[in-house]
Amino acid sequence: MSDTALPLATKLKDAVPAAPLMPLSVRDLTLRFGETTVLDGLNFDLGSAGCTMIMGPNGSGKSLLLKLLHGLMAPTSGHIDWGGQDPQAVTKRQALVFQKPVLLRRSVAANIDFVLKTRGKDRGRRDALLDHVGLAHKADQPARLLSGGEAQRLALARALATDPEVLFLDEPTASLDPASVLAIETIVRDARNRGMRICFVTHDMGQARRMADDVLFLHGGRIAEHTAARDFFCEPQSASAQNYMDGRLVV
Amino acid sequence: MQSIGEAFGLALQLVASGDGDLLEIVLLSLRVSLTATAVACLIGLPIGALVAIGRFSGRGAVLIVMNALMGLPPVVVGLVVYLHLSRSGPLGFLGLLYTPTAMIIAQTILIAPIVAALSRQVLEDLHAEYAEQFRSLCLTRLQTVQALIWDARYSLLTVGLAGFGRAVAEVGAVIIVGGNIDHLTRVMTTAIALETSKGDLALALALGLILLVIALGVNAAVQSVRMTAARHAHV
Ligand SMILES: Nc1ncnc2c1ncn2[C@@H]1O[C@H](COP(=O)(O)OP(=O)(O)O)[C@@H](O)[C@H]1O
Ligand SMILES: [Mg+2]
Repeated sequence: MSDTALPLATKLKDAVPAAPLMPLSVRDLTLRFGETTVLDGLNFDLGSAGCTMIMGPNGSGKSLLLKLLHGLMAPTSGHIDWGGQDPQAVTKRQALVFQKPVLLRRSVAANIDFVLKTRGKDRGRRDALLDHVGLAHKADQPARLLSGGEAQRLALARALATDPEVLFLDEPTASLDPASVLAIETIVRDARNRGMRICFVTHDMGQARRMADDVLFLHGGRIAEHTAARDFFCEPQSASAQNYMDGRLVV
Repeated sequence: MQSIGEAFGLALQLVASGDGDLLEIVLLSLRVSLTATAVACLIGLPIGALVAIGRFSGRGAVLIVMNALMGLPPVVVGLVVYLHLSRSGPLGFLGLLYTPTAMIIAQTILIAPIVAALSRQVLEDLHAEYAEQFRSLCLTRLQTVQALIWDARYSLLTVGLAGFGRAVAEVGAVIIVGGNIDHLTRVMTTAIALETSKGDLALALALGLILLVIALGVNAAVQSVRMTAARHAHV
């Protein structure tokens, strides 16, 4: 084999756009822990673009749904189909920002370097990524000393560093001040506008209103409703969503 | 036989004058125990890492064995190594008995399980925290282990220090396989054990003082590693 053969082949492979992950189709998705059924036969489809806000009371299975969709766990039964792609290959084309970010015990910059390196991305993008989330001035600080909002922005930058086609966010702004919430929403909206598919779990009605293209409302392990944003906020179809919005939903 | 006061005075003199014999004993002790610690880390750390992130059948049994081996009595280790290295033993042809190498082997066997068990604990705790994030990032096993070891480096350093502390203070194993031969295998602990009974209290006391200082130094090092880690928010 000549010296140039291999790199050229790899380049060509990278240049060919992979078949898209979207649309997503979920059929009879069920998750049980022993006797308890946490997710009970979910059926829904997500179109190729936009931001889906996943809502529902505590314990309704939102976090577990994200982990199932991201391939971090296997369902008890049912099917998750990402554009017909091999389930094994799906996780790597997505990223998940956890509610409590798990940051490496390294500097802010090293947290990004780690992902760029292990995922074989261009190391030169680090400064641009940090700049994008407003952390350039903290690059050399230990990541573990960041404030909640900064830590979450770093987690977001790390997720973006993997160039995901789908970005999952699990209550990323749950305990942040309004400025940090706004900063994160701006970055996510920007990613959405560049074509990244967003699945965003939130409890914050205002946030859902600001971000949503459609709303998936979970209640008691089932989908209470899945509607376009403008319909959902005008007049939710389901009683549970209506009660939730009025603060009257009893779990 | 000297009085305690006399012996203590002589001991301080020995230390202060940098007595040749004393220095030789101390240096051999350090060489043996540092080498044993290094080898024990090379063996124990990978095993600890493997058990920490591995999910294999029989893992529970491995854990029990690892933890039990942590408490190996030094004399038993010495005896077993002796049986292997003695002229009639399976490794007798190597001619290693009563050499510093034999002492390094014995101490390595003694502390490798300690390094393995403690680093397993450290890495497993960190892995519990990182595992889900790492799976989301689709890291390979090797990348996972490398990242865990690097992020746990301060804790792992204290594990190494704990191993060294145990090795340098141990007498049972090295006395059996080393034999406390003057200018050849005499280390601090064996010298203290045997010179005391021969009545050379000054040398024993001087070595005892140095051993104490080393023990304090190891503890100070552990403390400073912890503080450095805290300063860099590695807690
Ligand atoms: N490993 C587990 N074993 C048993 N039950 C679990 C486990 N993980 C989560 N659950 C339960 O599943 C339900 C849904 O959890 P989760 O998806 O975290 O809810 P949320 O919508 O608040 O994110 C909760 O009642 C939770 O207690
Ligand atoms: Mg949750």
